[in-house]
Amino acid sequence: MREPHVIVEGATRIYPGTAGRAPLHALGPIDLTVRKGEFFSVVGPSGCGKSTLLELIAGLQPLTAGRLVFEGVTVNGDVPPGVGVVFQQDASFPWLTVCDNVAFGLRRVGAPAPEIERRVESALRLMGLQAFATAYPAQLSGGMRQRVCIARTLVLEPRLILLDEPFGALDRQTRLLMGDELLRLWRATGATVVLVTHALDEAALLSDRIGVMSARPGRWLEIIETGWPKERDTGLVERPELSGLTARLWAHLRKEAVQAMGGGASG
Amino acid sequence: MSAVTRIQIGVLAAACLFVELLCRSGAISPLTMPPPSAIVVDLGAILQSKDMLGQIARTLADVAAAFVLAVIAGFLLGAGLAALPRLRAVIEPILASYYAIPVFVFYPVFVVLFGLNHYPRIAIGFLLAVVTMIINTLNGFDRVPPVLLKSARVMRLGRVATVRHVILPFAALYISTGLKLAVAYAFIGVIAAEFILSGDGMGYEIAYAFNNFENGVMYPLILVLLVVATTVNMGLYAWERRFLARQTAHRDTS
Repeated sequence: MREPHVIVEGATRIYPGTAGRAPLHALGPIDLTVRKGEFFSVVGPSGCGKSTLLELIAGLQPLTAGRLVFEGVTVNGDVPPGVGVVFQQDASFPWLTVCDNVAFGLRRVGAPAPEIERRVESALRLMGLQAFATAYPAQLSGGMRQRVCIARTLVLEPRLILLDEPFGALDRQTRLLMGDELLRLWRATGATVVLVTHALDEAALLSDRIGVMSARPGRWLEIIETGWPKERDTGLVERPELSGLTARLWAHLRKEAVQAMGGGASG
Repeated sequence: MSAVTRIQIGVLAAACLFVELLCRSGAISPLTMPPPSAIVVDLGAILQSKDMLGQIARTLADVAAAFVLAVIAGFLLGAGLAALPRLRAVIEPILASYYAIPVFVFYPVFVVLFGLNHYPRIAIGFLLAVVTMIINTLNGFDRVPPVLLKSARVMRLGRVATVRHVILPFAALYISTGLKLAVAYAFIGVIAAEFILSGDGMGYEIAYAFNNFENGVMYPLILVLLVVATTVNMGLYAWERRFLARQTAHRDTS
């Protein structure tokens, strides 16, 4: 078994009450160990704390209780080095060209110009953005802007890539293509990937393991091994096991999704 | 020259020609307004007068001082309030009702504070211009999408670097709106203070000429003000379009 890369122990997040409102227990307590080089996905009903979990791992939010360790170092409210995050919303900087967007992080850490040039060129090639290096985000489609954000993350060579519904705004066809690109990048970089998604088929297609969360406060209902080989792509859609996996995920989530929506529907 | 610019110049020329015809035909009395061509000739004479050039220079210097001070103070106060939400909660209602206060009533206070010189006029221009700069700076800082700030944290940018490399570039569009309004308010404040309360400057000269039926002085000075204020605003607008317009489409579609 590969070594643990991220360890989550009893992680809990409670948002303090404001303006007379009661505190909101968003997540946990949950435990999780993500192995080095693993592709782990998190699915769950809306509002179950999937994104909160990702932000806790990224160090973007403090834990209310519990412990979180990345590469042996405790994380709590500060982003540790070696972590990259791709958000669902477009996070490209509109005042910079594609090339400058991708180079942004490297310039901030003072990397030498030749190295910046080499790494940016490589990231642009990897994401198929060479022809758009001088374009501004406003001139690109939503999918291409998301690729810019992925390239901006990859260029920093993170060892842990956290993806918060990165393809949420894309159509199904583009999602499949982006899924292929993501698998290719995952294999090429050897990074650990944690993907939060609401798309069960996407999680079933891409992941080594899938964590299924309950309605808020999010806790694990089950963690499922997909059993896919490392060399895979979205051609797996033709495999009968995929529909079995998706059905298993939905069987867990149906009741939780109804509960998250207010509990009115019959089961 | 673009087609739009040609049309703009054409419309302006047609308007001038129309007024010229009204004046020459007697539809507008020469006591009310001389023809535009005569205003231009009078302007030529005024620009040869050292005394009048001095008045123009003084007024423009006061406007520039009020503008620069308002931009610097307004930006710093706006940024400070954005960083201090509790203080902002106290100050914001005052800012919202600020333009209900007739700042000209403070002129005597400024005379006591600064003396009988041009500083009280700069203070009036500053007071009018500074709040729009504060409000637009706050607005720009507020509109930075949280995801950009999260991205900055993921890239481990410190607070100063985040302001410099993320917040300011994004807020620039809103801050430039503040700049354009601050220019207008600085002009209004300084000229109005000269007009009503002062003994020199372009505003005073215009008021003096008005009271003495000196159309040959009043209209050329109004023309100078119009040309300078419009040129400065168009310069800022061109700068905004050139450097910031590429962001607009992005914000509209995201």
